[in-house]
Amino acid sequence: MARQATVPSKQRPAPRAGTINGAQALVEALRREGVEIIFGVPGGASLPIYDALYDAASLRHVLVRHEQVAVHAAVGYARASGRVGVCTATSGPGATNLVTGIADAIMDSVPIVVVTAQVPRAVIGNDAFQEADVTGITMPITKFNSLVMSAAEIPHAVHQAFYLARTGRPGPVLVDIPRDVLQEACVPEFTDEVSIPGYRPVLDGAPNQIAAAVKALAEAERPVICAGGGVIGSNASPELTALVEATGIPVVLTLMGKGALDELHPRCLGMLGMHGSAYANWAVNDADVLLVVGARLDDRVTGRLKDFAPRARIIHVDVDPAEIGKNKSAHIPIVGDAKRVLAVMVAQARVPQIESWWRQITEWRERYPFRYHQNSNRISAQYACDLLNKVTGGRAVATTDVGQHQMWMAQWYRPREPRHFITSGGLGVMGFGFPAAMGAKFACPDKTVVAVVGDGGFQMTVQDLATAVEHGQSLPIIVLNNGALGMVKQWQSMFYGGRFSSSLLRNPDFARVAEAFGARGIRVERPEQVEGALRAALETEGVPCVVDVICDPDENVLPMIPSGQSVAEMILDE
Amino acid sequence: MSEPHSATISVLVRNAPGVLVRVAGLIRRRGVNIHSLSVGPTEDPSVSRMTIVVDTAPERTELFAKQLRKLVEVLRATAIDGTPSVDRELALIKVNVTPGTRMEIMEIASVFRANVVDLTDRTMTIEVTGRTEKVDAILTLLTRHGIREMARTGQVTLVRGPQNT
Ligand SMILES: Cc1ncc(C[n+]2csc(CCOP(=O)(O)OP(=O)(O)O)c2C)c(N)n1
Ligand SMILES: [Mg+2]
Repeated sequence: MARQATVPSKQRPAPRAGTINGAQALVEALRREGVEIIFGVPGGASLPIYDALYDAASLRHVLVRHEQVAVHAAVGYARASGRVGVCTATSGPGATNLVTGIADAIMDSVPIVVVTAQVPRAVIGNDAFQEADVTGITMPITKFNSLVMSAAEIPHAVHQAFYLARTGRPGPVLVDIPRDVLQEACVPEFTDEVSIPGYRPVLDGAPNQIAAAVKALAEAERPVICAGGGVIGSNASPELTALVEATGIPVVLTLMGKGALDELHPRCLGMLGMHGSAYANWAVNDADVLLVVGARLDDRVTGRLKDFAPRARIIHVDVDPAEIGKNKSAHIPIVGDAKRVLAVMVAQARVPQIESWWRQITEWRERYPFRYHQNSNRISAQYACDLLNKVTGGRAVATTDVGQHQMWMAQWYRPREPRHFITSGGLGVMGFGFPAAMGAKFACPDKTVVAVVGDGGFQMTVQDLATAVEHGQSLPIIVLNNGALGMVKQWQSMFYGGRFSSSLLRNPDFARVAEAFGARGIRVERPEQVEGALRAALETEGVPCVVDVICDPDENVLPMIPSGQSVAEMILDE
Repeated sequence: MSEPHSATISVLVRNAPGVLVRVAGLIRRRGVNIHSLSVGPTEDPSVSRMTIVVDTAPERTELFAKQLRKLVEVLRATAIDGTPSVDRELALIKVNVTPGTRMEIMEIASVFRANVVDLTDRTMTIEVTGRTEKVDAILTLLTRHGIREMARTGQVTLVRGPQNT
C-alpha cells in the first residue's frame, strides 16, 4: 500500500467552486435548523457525515456507547427543551439499534429527526454489507421517512423532516442517506419553503364546537378536565392553568400529562388510570362532562372502555383527528392545537356551580391519599420518591425508567412545571430513564436533572455512564433497587400465584459499577440514610452520581385497576 | 361492534416511492384483511388513486380513512360507505371448453355482456366487467366447466354525481 494513505484533509483535491459534498450539505442544513447537538455512533456508511462534523464548530456531536442511547437522549433533549432532538447512526446495525427509541418517540409524540446512513445506491437491495431496509423497517414507527437519492435533495429533505417532526402532532422523522450520496458533490440550495400538499394540520378549533364545549362545561355539575402529553407538547400549560383558574374545574393528568398543571395547584388531582389516585379515577367515573385535551385515552388510562367516564359527555380536543373517537366516541369533538383551543375557551369561560362537587372530591382525597409504610428496617421505594420530591421541591427535571419505580415516581413526584417529568409512556421501554436524563441535561445544563431508574432497566443502558462521565455531567441517578424486575414480579404475585418466573435479579454493586466508570457511587441500605444520599447526589458536581438504594423487595404499586377492568375493581391499599 | 362487511375506501396519493407499502402496511397493522386493492393513475399524473376494499365493521371504516389521512403522501381518503357510487371490477377468466360446451359458455358470456377475448380448441378466455356480485355470478356458472385460471383487477369506485370521491 502506498504511503499516502494519511493525506491530511486539507490536501484533498479542492472541490469545484460552490460545490460541497452531501454530508457537508447535511451538516449545513442541520445548522440552519438551529441544531446544536447530535447524539450518535459512527460507522462505515456514515463516515462522510463524521468527516463533515469534524469541521463543524457550531454542531456538537455526543458520542454515545449504543445507538439506543442516542435516540433516547434525543427524546430527552426534545422533551426537556421543546426543541427537535437529533440523532444519527450508520447503516444496518447502527440504524436497527435505533428502532426501539424511534418507536418510543412515535408513541409519545416526540419531535426528533433521525439521520441514518445507508449503503451506496448501487448496492441497495443486494444484501450488501451492513445493509438493512431502514425506511421499510421504520415505516410504521415514523411520522414520515425518506431515502434521499441525490445530494442536491438533502437540504430539502432535512428541512421537510424538521417541519414534519415539530408541527401538527409531533413525531419522529427519519432521513436515510446512502454513503455515495453523502460523498456526492452538489451545489445545495437551502430553502425555508415547504410544500406538502397532503399535510395540513388543523390548528384552530371550530368556533361552534368550542362554544358548545364552553357551554357544556359552564352547565356541568361534575366537570373534570383530563390533560395529556399534548398539552405539554403544544406548550399549552399557561392556557390550561388559566382555564382552571377561571372555572375552578378539577384536573386529572395522564402519565404523559404530568406537570401540564402545577401538581401542587389545589385543582390538580394528579394522575388517573391504572395506578392513578383513587380520587382522580373516581372523579372521572362520576363526571358529567369530561374535557379531554391532548390525550389519546389509551387502555392504561381507561381500563375497560365502556366503563370509563360512563356518565360523562366527552369533549375531546386533539390536533390529530384520528385520535378523536378512536377509543371512546366524543360528544363534542374539537380538532385543533391544544394551546389555541384552550386560549379561546379561556376567553369565553364561565364559572360552573360545582361547590358540592368539590366537597365530594375533597372527601375522596382525604379518604384515599397515596400512602406507604416506612418501617425501620427496609427502605420503601415510595419513601425515596417522596423524599426526592421534597428535596427538589418538584423543580428538578425528573426522568424515570419503566416499572414499579416509574409508577411510584408518577404518584409521588409532583412537578411544578411542564417538561419536568419525562418517562416512556406509550412504549414503556426499559433503559430509557438514564439516557433521557442525559439528553435533558444537555438541553438544560443549568437545571437540576435527575434520573430515577430500576435495577433492571438501568442495566439495559448502563454502559453510557462512560458518556455522562466524559461530558462531566452533574447527573444524579437514583437506582431503586428491589432486586427484581419489580413490575413483572408484582403481576406474578397478584395474577400468577406468586410464581416468580425469571423476575428476580442478581445485581452487581451499582455504586462500584459507577466508580469503575469514573462516576460517583453511593450505596444506601438504611431508611435514615436515604435523604442524605439524595442530597449528596444532587450536590455532586461534574460527574454523575449513582445512588444505589436497596429497597423493600415486596412493595407493590397501589392503587391498581387491573388491566381491562374498571374503577369498580380498583385494588386499594387498605 | 357490528359484523365485519366489505367497506370501500378511496384514496388519492402522491406518486412517491413506497406509498403503496405505507397504505397497505397501515391497514395490515390493524389486523384487517384487504379484500382488494387497485391502484392506477388519475387525471393528474402526479397523483394516483387507490381503491381499497377491506373487511371491517362499518363504524371502523371512517377511522381507517382518518388514519390514512395522516400519511403525509395521502391527499384525500374517503370512506364510501353508504354514498351512492359506481363500482366496477374486471375479470379475465380462462375456462375449459370442448366442442360440446363452447356454445353454452358463449351464451353465458353474452348474458353477462362479457367478451370472449381468446379461444383455443381447449380453452376460452372471457373478459367480464361489472360489480363484484356480477363477476361472482358468472364465476359460479363457469365453475362447472373448469376454470383453469383467473385474474381480477379488484374494485374501482367513483361516487355518483358531481361530488368528488
Ligand atoms: C425493553 C423492555 N423489556 C421488557 C419490559 C417489560 N417490563 C416492564 S416493567 C419490567 C420490570 C422492570 O424492572 P426494574 O427496572 O427493576 O424496575 P422495577 O419494576 O423493579 O421498579 C419489565 C421487565 C419492558 N417494559 N421494556
Ligand atoms: Mg427492580
